[in-house]
Amino acid sequence: MKNKSLISINDYTKEDYFKILDLADDFQKNPNQKLLENHIVASLFFEPSTRTRLSFETAVQRLGGKVIGFSEASNTSVSKGESLKDTILTVNKYADLIVMRHPIEGSARFASEVSDVPIINAGDGSNQHPTQCLLDLYSIRKTQGTLENLNLFLVGDLKYGRTVHSLMTAMSEFNPVFNFVSPPSLRMPQEYKDYLDEKGIKYHEYDDLNDNINNADIIYVTRVQRERFSDPMEYEKVKNAYILKNDMLDNTKPTMRIMHPLPRVNEIDTDVDANPKAYYFEQAENGVYTRMAIMALILGLK
Amino acid sequence: MKNELTVKAIKKGTVIDHIQAKNLFKIISIIGIEKIDTEVFIGNNLESKKHGKKAIIKIENRFPSMDDINKIAIIDPHAVINTIDEYKVIEKKHVKIPDTINTFVKCINPKCITNHEKVSTKFKIQNKDGKIGLKCNYCEKITGQDNIEIIR
Repeated sequence: MKNKSLISINDYTKEDYFKILDLADDFQKNPNQKLLENHIVASLFFEPSTRTRLSFETAVQRLGGKVIGFSEASNTSVSKGESLKDTILTVNKYADLIVMRHPIEGSARFASEVSDVPIINAGDGSNQHPTQCLLDLYSIRKTQGTLENLNLFLVGDLKYGRTVHSLMTAMSEFNPVFNFVSPPSLRMPQEYKDYLDEKGIKYHEYDDLNDNINNADIIYVTRVQRERFSDPMEYEKVKNAYILKNDMLDNTKPTMRIMHPLPRVNEIDTDVDANPKAYYFEQAENGVYTRMAIMALILGLK
Repeated sequence: MKNELTVKAIKKGTVIDHIQAKNLFKIISIIGIEKIDTEVFIGNNLESKKHGKKAIIKIENRFPSMDDINKIAIIDPHAVINTIDEYKVIEKKHVKIPDTINTFVKCINPKCITNHEKVSTKFKIQNKDGKIGLKCNYCEKITGQDNIEIIR
């Protein structure tokens, strides 16, 4: 992994996942290791993202490194018409590692081709967000003790959600059963179902949340966005079918955990927050340890 | 034999044969025929036993590069490239779909970096049951065979 950019979850093997998860575990137990002293990380957020940016910047600071960068493109040279290539060619002279989020798909791969220093993709449009996927793997392993043979429910927008696509691809290495719960118009795309068929992985599709969740190990909820529906009536009809409420959890497994990449709007009722099965804020915390691990490995410090 | 009668034979050069008629102009476009200054003969909508109407291109004294052959393969995997000398076919090449192609196809995704900055396109070719898809190296979206647009 040393000196290699992380652009897509497909860049890493199963062994790489474990290396990262093990090191993240180590950082969770002992978060203040000053491995990044004398290192500068550039955090280039061409579009805003509160959680991802703060999580990365926290990870750098916990490791004793320094952060330069911007949190939106509007007050930078990008607004003067500078190309991404020129921005990267400049910043790579300043920093040892570049973390970038950009609205254009494929921008991170392109940046990694022109940059002298490694790039970590913190989201390129609807394409990839590999550190989210790795922190999800970390959270699943931490709560279930394993990644193997789990019964996973993915709920919400399964058509456009890059998070669920990456997670599905990564978890396919571990013999899971998938349950896809979504409005008919936002179902898991056929190409991903074909992929599961090729790998011989079982999956079920449901239109709503009901008793089927009682055998779940993980319920991974994503936001159903109003703007995905051309007909607002359609949205009004489906939006309540995908809200997870506390009383629905009574018969679920005691070890089951609820995850969400956040931000949440109303798809998990706030009355779930106090339930020990709610795990989304811990999941966000895990993002810091996972990103510490990824950066330490890419910089060759571990 | 009929084609030799319909389209004039060449002494030495290249004959691109068994092009599906609908693909002719795309192929003319990608191999840049307008820049060729030797004799060129083009026949279209000729009868073909294999696939309805076919097209043929004959180019005097020019031999396509591997790159050109790859380009032709992406547009029309059925095309056959004949090398001619003294009016005879001395080599018959069935085009082969390459694993990757660079620079000349546009990515279909309007939000792809290759459509926003000066970045050469790169694709991995996927061949599923004869259906070709071009997976973008950058945005990872797939451009289908029917949506191939050539960058000139």
